[in-house]
Amino acid sequence: MAEKSLMKGNEALAEAAIRAGCKCFFGYPITPQTEISAYLSKRMPKVGGVFLQAESEVAAINMVYGCAGSGIRCMTSSSSPGISLKTEGISYIAGADLPCVIINVQRGGPGLGGIQPSQADYWQVTHALGHGDFHALVFAPASVQEMVDTVTKAFDLADEYRMPAVILADGLLGQMMEPVAFEDVEIKMSDASGKPWAASGHGGKRKHTIINSLYLKPDELENTVRERFARYEDVKAKHTEAVCDYCDDAETVVIAYGSTARLAKSAVEAARKEGIKAGIVRPVTLWPFPVNEINEACKNAKNVLVVEMSMGQMVEDVKLALNCSKPVEFYGRTGGIIPKPAEILAKIKEMGGKN
Amino acid sequence: MPEFKRPHALADVTTHYCPGCTHGIVHRLVAEVIDEMGIEGETIGVCPVGCSVMAYDYFECDMLEAAHGRAPAVATGVKRANPDKFVFTYQGDGDLAAIGTAEIVHAATRGENITVIFINNTTYGMTGGQMAPTTLPGQVTQTTPYGRDTSNEGFPVKVCEMLSQLDGVALAERVTVIDPANVRKAKAAIRKGFEFQKNKQGFSIIEVLSTCPTNWGKTPVEALERVKTEMIPYYPLGVYKEGAVR
Amino acid sequence: MKGKVRTMAKMKVDFDRCKGCGLCTTSCPKKIVELQTEKLNKKGYYTAVCIDDDACIGCALCAVMCPDCAITIGGDN
Repeated sequence: MAEKSLMKGNEALAEAAIRAGCKCFFGYPITPQTEISAYLSKRMPKVGGVFLQAESEVAAINMVYGCAGSGIRCMTSSSSPGISLKTEGISYIAGADLPCVIINVQRGGPGLGGIQPSQADYWQVTHALGHGDFHALVFAPASVQEMVDTVTKAFDLADEYRMPAVILADGLLGQMMEPVAFEDVEIKMSDASGKPWAASGHGGKRKHTIINSLYLKPDELENTVRERFARYEDVKAKHTEAVCDYCDDAETVVIAYGSTARLAKSAVEAARKEGIKAGIVRPVTLWPFPVNEINEACKNAKNVLVVEMSMGQMVEDVKLALNCSKPVEFYGRTGGIIPKPAEILAKIKEMGGKN
Repeated sequence: MPEFKRPHALADVTTHYCPGCTHGIVHRLVAEVIDEMGIEGETIGVCPVGCSVMAYDYFECDMLEAAHGRAPAVATGVKRANPDKFVFTYQGDGDLAAIGTAEIVHAATRGENITVIFINNTTYGMTGGQMAPTTLPGQVTQTTPYGRDTSNEGFPVKVCEMLSQLDGVALAERVTVIDPANVRKAKAAIRKGFEFQKNKQGFSIIEVLSTCPTNWGKTPVEALERVKTEMIPYYPLGVYKEGAVR
Repeated sequence: MKGKVRTMAKMKVDFDRCKGCGLCTTSCPKKIVELQTEKLNKKGYYTAVCIDDDACIGCALCAVMCPDCAITIGGDN
């Protein structure tokens, strides 16, 4: 591990992508993620990679489709309104079983919303990232270092399962500076080797490949979707992640992801200092959702508090995960307002002992 | 002994195209050029949404199926990752000149080293003959039942004229395939496009005035005649721009 | 071929590939390509035929206009 340096979340993530072998980046400017594009526009030409600013988010995600379809590691990034535009392409990427990494540095919505941090795209990213039956891998890092560490994992799992992977950050993580260290790796741009399905030119050596999501025969389409969902079960079994702290004896378990989880953890630690038995679960993967981890962490809890920078979206998945076995309450701020640990602590106290 | 047979790059299958649809001729010309240049193994094609949506089954090179209108963006992704491969898109008029207008204009202005085969048959064939961006003034379609009224629907998009204004375009040529002489010219234009691409000299588009006998309500032979009498006067054949951009 | 009598290659229609569109009939310089009306192929089309093999000069203009690659000239086909 090299020395630590101080970097902005967006820039650190961009550097991590290069180190993960991402050869091509296709983007479109939008606050608060533009530093990713700016950084890669400087770095990519120096390392033999490709940076291209597309004419729209729609074009950018379709460039990703083409590039990924030819077997090359590639990435795009955007923020909430831009992700809405990309959902068409993401559905096609999922339908054609292509691997890629998509970054969403969330801002407030709906519509243009605002440019301050938000977590109001949870529903979209986990439940409706485009039309049709499909999922994307969704990672929710909580620090700049974790953003860096997640990128390689996201590319590797996307390749392994041939599916899109989303890193769901927010304006807070993207814009803040923290010390970060990169593993010493040789920068090696990806090629299509090991991807016999890729449309990269058959060279007269094999039958032609077709990258496609169209199946006009219903039974073929159903079989294809079922095969994909069987793969999803494997992902769920092997790659669901959550971090649990102070949960063993916790009477109130707080559940939060991303930057909100750090604020919530401060509140939980403050509660502990006051003798309140509080714990915290931080889902690291939002899809697959850590259902078992949450149930295990909440087994002694009297109640559960979900904290989000939204009007309450993940809270529904928590209720489903617990299957109504515990009362679940919600505290959230939205519109770009970051909940303060003191506000969360007050909510924990209010819930204290209730069941 | 002179021979005429199916080019290798054209899959040995029956297409789903209606009788007399000139898509089949254009497919063959693209495949002949690929054969003659010996580049089947280095070529990656991108299909549109429209009647030629299943063209991925008709070419022997590697193929990708794009979302409606996005073929030039998909082709850009393939080409940027594989700059030494040949990449072509095959798009209809609804795909290229309506929903995909942004993608084609920007691929062209970037001088993307790809070749675009653009089929202009003045209608949305696949969905049953609705108005296309290229539908002629007065033309009756399913969604212009009283004829295209330019005061309501505006005017047709002249793609070659429009794209020829962009500095990234190495070749913008309009051809047709209504008789053997024009078929020969169309093939020569497609070859030129691939040659520009080979030499990394910029974006090439070959617009082919084509027929849709089914949705025009004409026999295949009458449809050829309509291209001559109605389409060519509005969409003159010829080279709109030619020359390496880099 | 030197010293041998040059035999003229003839057009040949793949009966079941032909969709009976008739585009080939427009380009034949000898006016010997027609759509027959005797027998439907498996797709249900009356197919193109050469009505005078001896007159065919193997120019391939019919094949050039065929959207279905149903016409071949010479070769093994």
